[in-house]
Amino acid sequence: MAMQSETVSVRRASGGRPAIGRLVNGERLWRALIWTLLLVGACVMLLPFLWLVTSSLKTELEVFQYPPKWIPNPPQFQNYIDAWTTKPLRHPGFGIYLKNTFFIVILNEIAILGSTSLCAYALARIDFPGKNFWFGVVLSTMMLPGVVLMIPTFVLYSRMRWVNTFFPLTVPHFFAASGGGAFFIFLLRQFFLSLPEELADAARVDGCSEFGIYRRIMLPLAKPALATVAVFTFIWSWNDYMGPLLYLSKEPNKWTVALGLAMFRTFMWQRTRWDLLMAASTMMIIPMIVIFFLAQRYFIQGIAVSGLKG
Amino acid sequence: MSVQTRWLGRLWPRTAKGKRAVTGYLFMLPFILGFFLWFLVPALVAVWLTFFDWNMIQDPTFIGLENFRHIFRDTLFLQSLKVTAYYTLGSVPVSLVLAFLIALLLNAKMRGMAVFRTIYYLPSIVPAVANAVLWNFVFSTEFGLMNALLRALGLPKVPWLQDPEWTMPALIIMSLWGLGYTVVIYLAGLQGIPEVLYEAAEIDGAGRWAKLRHVTIPLISPVIFFNLIMGIIGSFQVFTAGYLITAGGPQNATLFYVLYTYRTGIQYFNMGYAAVLAWILFFIILGLTLLVFRYVGRLVYYEAL
Repeated sequence: MAMQSETVSVRRASGGRPAIGRLVNGERLWRALIWTLLLVGACVMLLPFLWLVTSSLKTELEVFQYPPKWIPNPPQFQNYIDAWTTKPLRHPGFGIYLKNTFFIVILNEIAILGSTSLCAYALARIDFPGKNFWFGVVLSTMMLPGVVLMIPTFVLYSRMRWVNTFFPLTVPHFFAASGGGAFFIFLLRQFFLSLPEELADAARVDGCSEFGIYRRIMLPLAKPALATVAVFTFIWSWNDYMGPLLYLSKEPNKWTVALGLAMFRTFMWQRTRWDLLMAASTMMIIPMIVIFFLAQRYFIQGIAVSGLKG
Repeated sequence: MSVQTRWLGRLWPRTAKGKRAVTGYLFMLPFILGFFLWFLVPALVAVWLTFFDWNMIQDPTFIGLENFRHIFRDTLFLQSLKVTAYYTLGSVPVSLVLAFLIALLLNAKMRGMAVFRTIYYLPSIVPAVANAVLWNFVFSTEFGLMNALLRALGLPKVPWLQDPEWTMPALIIMSLWGLGYTVVIYLAGLQGIPEVLYEAAEIDGAGRWAKLRHVTIPLISPVIFFNLIMGIIGSFQVFTAGYLITAGGPQNATLFYVLYTYRTGIQYFNMGYAAVLAWILFFIILGLTLLVFRYVGRLVYYEAL
């Protein structure tokens, strides 16, 4: 850490960057290279999404046509309307599924950001007995395949009469349990470990409590990592199919979007309606794209500027 | 003052060490409660199940060590272990390095980066079912994109999903589209490197390579380490690709370990044996993780520790 305070003074002494002028040409070439590489990669990475979108505009037969057509003619925009409006008897439809999904997602955001950051902070920054043991426990919870935990957990929930409620999909997250909990704890621990210790020490001297240091100093500094956790949480609970299938499938009023999507395979037509499935899938991933795009800002906003100057 | 608060007052430690211990465990409390209720309880049930024959409909019958003995006669167990190790060796190192390079590019301060970042992440959020159909097309022998590419390069076509030799390479290539998660984690890590360190390195005359080698890599090593560990844990439990695209075939060439466990338990109603399989995997991953912590962990640079 001594290194960092030295760099600050070095930077001040020299009064800014080295001569930029002579670098301009090399810099431009470099940027063009980065941009080209990214563009080529982006074309490759776009493939699954483009295919999803074109398939969503095809007729049922065209989806599986060999060789596949990349531009459907004419595009079947009707698929989107059909996917949104068709629903089995006594099913509330996608409007309600959307509401339920948002309810679960928002609760899970609060639950996971709170519980995992607390635990990660302790594992990274508080010197308590048994710290390494508990870190090992966190990691080992990810090593047992979920299949064998699924059945005992289901039996437990049905004894508690939690099946057909939102509880199994939300309550565990307040305790960093099930799904991504341990993953996020490990991720945040790595980030908390890389933050400078001086700030915490200074706050401690000023009489700040450990919770205060966590809340007012470390959390703001860990914003990029927290944004990552928030985005992953959104995407995982938005996409989660197994959980709702196990615990909500008998209660159509509590269905999530992912369950509604699965209905296009078999449920209503005794066969998979690929055209509608693709249209509904496209609609389902749009909110995720928006969330990810908005979260960009926080990925970029690093700790670079905060705290260490002066 | 009530009895209760006096009792609490006595419990609250006076020494700094004691205070740290209590604070630490208070921070850990949600996780510890969750661990007991949602992991330990079902995991103990899973231990208990290893001694039983249970089809999930009738009551479990005690069969002693029969499930464990079966392991030694089970050729599919070995096959699935081999397949999973192959996949891990093929996909983890490549995606670890490739994701890092992509993250470095995406971290450049240039116009349009937000769009690029989103595009690189996109494949990770395309629903698995839609993805499976697409990859069946991509690897189709006659009309697939992959073979069209090979033809353009003057190479013979490959029966990607029919030949047991080629199916795993196909799935490993496919796994590279999912590296968006890893890229995002690297990006968050890159943001955490203070700008002043780069400026100082520039003043000292460091070029791009030197900055990467002496500033970026040491400071991001906790994140590289995270991605390595999670890559191993995750790829040993890979399931969806084998389940949706190849159904474990051809000739069990993609019978991943967790797919085999799932089939044993959920499809063939043999929950006791599935529990044995799951515990064996648990100890394999645990052993590997400990090895990595022991031999790679010491290369990691932490600010605080």
